[in-house]
Amino acid sequence: MSMAIAVAHADSATDAIIDVRSLSRRFTVRSPGGRLRRTKKTVDAVDALTFSMQRGAAIGYIGANGAGKSTTIKMITGILVPSSGSVVTCGLDPVRQRKRLARRIGVVFGQRTQLWWDLPLRESYRTLAAIHRLPGDSWVARRDELIDRLDLASFVDTPVRQLSLGQRIRGEIAAALLHSPELLILDEPTIGLDVLSKERLRVFLAEQRALHGTSLLLTTHDMDDVQRLTERLVVVDHGQMIYDGDLPGLVHRVGAERVMVLDFAAPTPPLEDVPGTRLVHSEPDGMRQRLSFVPGHTTAGAVLASVSARGEVRDLSIEEPDIEDVVRRLYLSTEPYRQ
Amino acid sequence: MSHATSFIALFCAHVAMGFRRWSTYRLATAAGAFTNSVFGLIKAYITIGAIGAAGGSLAGYDAATGATYAWLVQALIAPVNIFGWQELALRIRSGDVAVDLARPVDPQLAYLAADLGRAAYSFIPRGAPPLLVGAAVTGLTLPTSPLPYVLGAISVWLAVMLSFACQWLVNLAAFWLLDLRGVRTLYMAVSSVLSGMMVPVHWFPGWLSTVAAWTPGPSLIQAPIDVVTARADGVDALAIMGTQAVWLVAMLAVGQLVFLAGTRKLVVQGG
Repeated sequence: MSMAIAVAHADSATDAIIDVRSLSRRFTVRSPGGRLRRTKKTVDAVDALTFSMQRGAAIGYIGANGAGKSTTIKMITGILVPSSGSVVTCGLDPVRQRKRLARRIGVVFGQRTQLWWDLPLRESYRTLAAIHRLPGDSWVARRDELIDRLDLASFVDTPVRQLSLGQRIRGEIAAALLHSPELLILDEPTIGLDVLSKERLRVFLAEQRALHGTSLLLTTHDMDDVQRLTERLVVVDHGQMIYDGDLPGLVHRVGAERVMVLDFAAPTPPLEDVPGTRLVHSEPDGMRQRLSFVPGHTTAGAVLASVSARGEVRDLSIEEPDIEDVVRRLYLSTEPYRQ
Repeated sequence: MSHATSFIALFCAHVAMGFRRWSTYRLATAAGAFTNSVFGLIKAYITIGAIGAAGGSLAGYDAATGATYAWLVQALIAPVNIFGWQELALRIRSGDVAVDLARPVDPQLAYLAADLGRAAYSFIPRGAPPLLVGAAVTGLTLPTSPLPYVLGAISVWLAVMLSFACQWLVNLAAFWLLDLRGVRTLYMAVSSVLSGMMVPVHWFPGWLSTVAAWTPGPSLIQAPIDVVTARADGVDALAIMGTQAVWLVAMLAVGQLVFLAGTRKLVVQGG
């Protein structure tokens, strides 16, 4: 790496909490073939990924199963050595400075536990406070805040093995936040949780971000998580970035449709030829009709103007595109997106 | 808080955590103590029989000291953890080791401290019953001065840590192998002989003594028993403990290097 590039990298790393450059990770998969020979196949779990995350930002990192999300997170946290490329987290080299980095970040692997199975949460937190070398009594206030905000009080003295999934995940989140990390990385935190538990967790995370300015990197399959907690989306597929931007931009890019639902004052003939729209459904008497349109091709105002000429609109509502549908369309689009 | 005090706090927290984790399994502890005591009876009488067949004395052991040796072995099985553990191997295989790596603490240090807590817990409830049964059934021949017990206590802790360091390496094989049963069985077979768990190392034929002397085996069981029974005292006792310490440092260092090599090739898939 030349001097000029090295300096530029360091400069951008000062305000970026995560800086990933051409990051790749290749795995060798061996499968038995024939009696003695084994066939080797290399898989690019992460392929030339480049993105940077500003301090205080919240990114939803999404992709189908096997897209490379967890692999990326393991490289960002220093658990996995990259095959090539570079990653700088909190200004540190994650693999070489793994322990120093671990003091500044909190990680929740949704499917793994950092709690001790045979001990109550309270004991786990005591050990974690010592692991993070949190001074004397200051961590106790933080623990009590987390116990209060995550509503752990009723089971904080119960061995972890006896907790329900929702209780355990809340306990995990508190464990990751006990040392007040500047960056919180959540790998599928809401997996398996019921609607109410998910909602409470989201409220808590939003509150923590507002209070402490914690940066948040979130992988999830739950689009509500993305909508509620993040302002930027990075989508990966087969290890490559296929989208980086905000949610409206993604909706626009895949051409997802909005639907206008119109209630008329009197029976109206089917609206089959409104410019820029498609008639989805018309009730037999024509009192309620649904038109879909692609934002960018026309606007809700223009559609309403041409519809008003056909009959008196009594009420209308607009259904936004379902984000899961948007992401599905994105996965299906074959051409990798390059900025 | 200074670096040193926070380090001590970290170490002690892991010791305490290890102690509490193991103290939750009371029934298993009782069952283990019962088993150790029953096998102690069998081993004590086999040892007494062997010494009798050899004419009343064998490599410095008479019936009373031979039986004492057998009972002390039974008392040390749990604290020294001679049958091993596989928690780390299972965590490597499942990928949970990622959690250990995401912590600002050296995993070997954290596991060692927790293992000291485990040993501290097992010391009385697993060590006392075989000794009490031994005292009641065959009698125990133990030193009457305090020094062997002081040195013996240090020697036992060295053995606990050395056993941990050896098992750490066995567990690390999981980075390269999917199934550890072969490695564990081999380790257990070899270590239970070379440590002196079956019969005292002093009874070994010459070639086996030589082999044993080049392994950490005798430092696990034979060494602490020689020190605590004052079979070796003074300079001899210190020499034995020095050997234990050298093996301990060497095995921990190898464990560090192998762990580092393992994490370099670690593939944690899924989740």
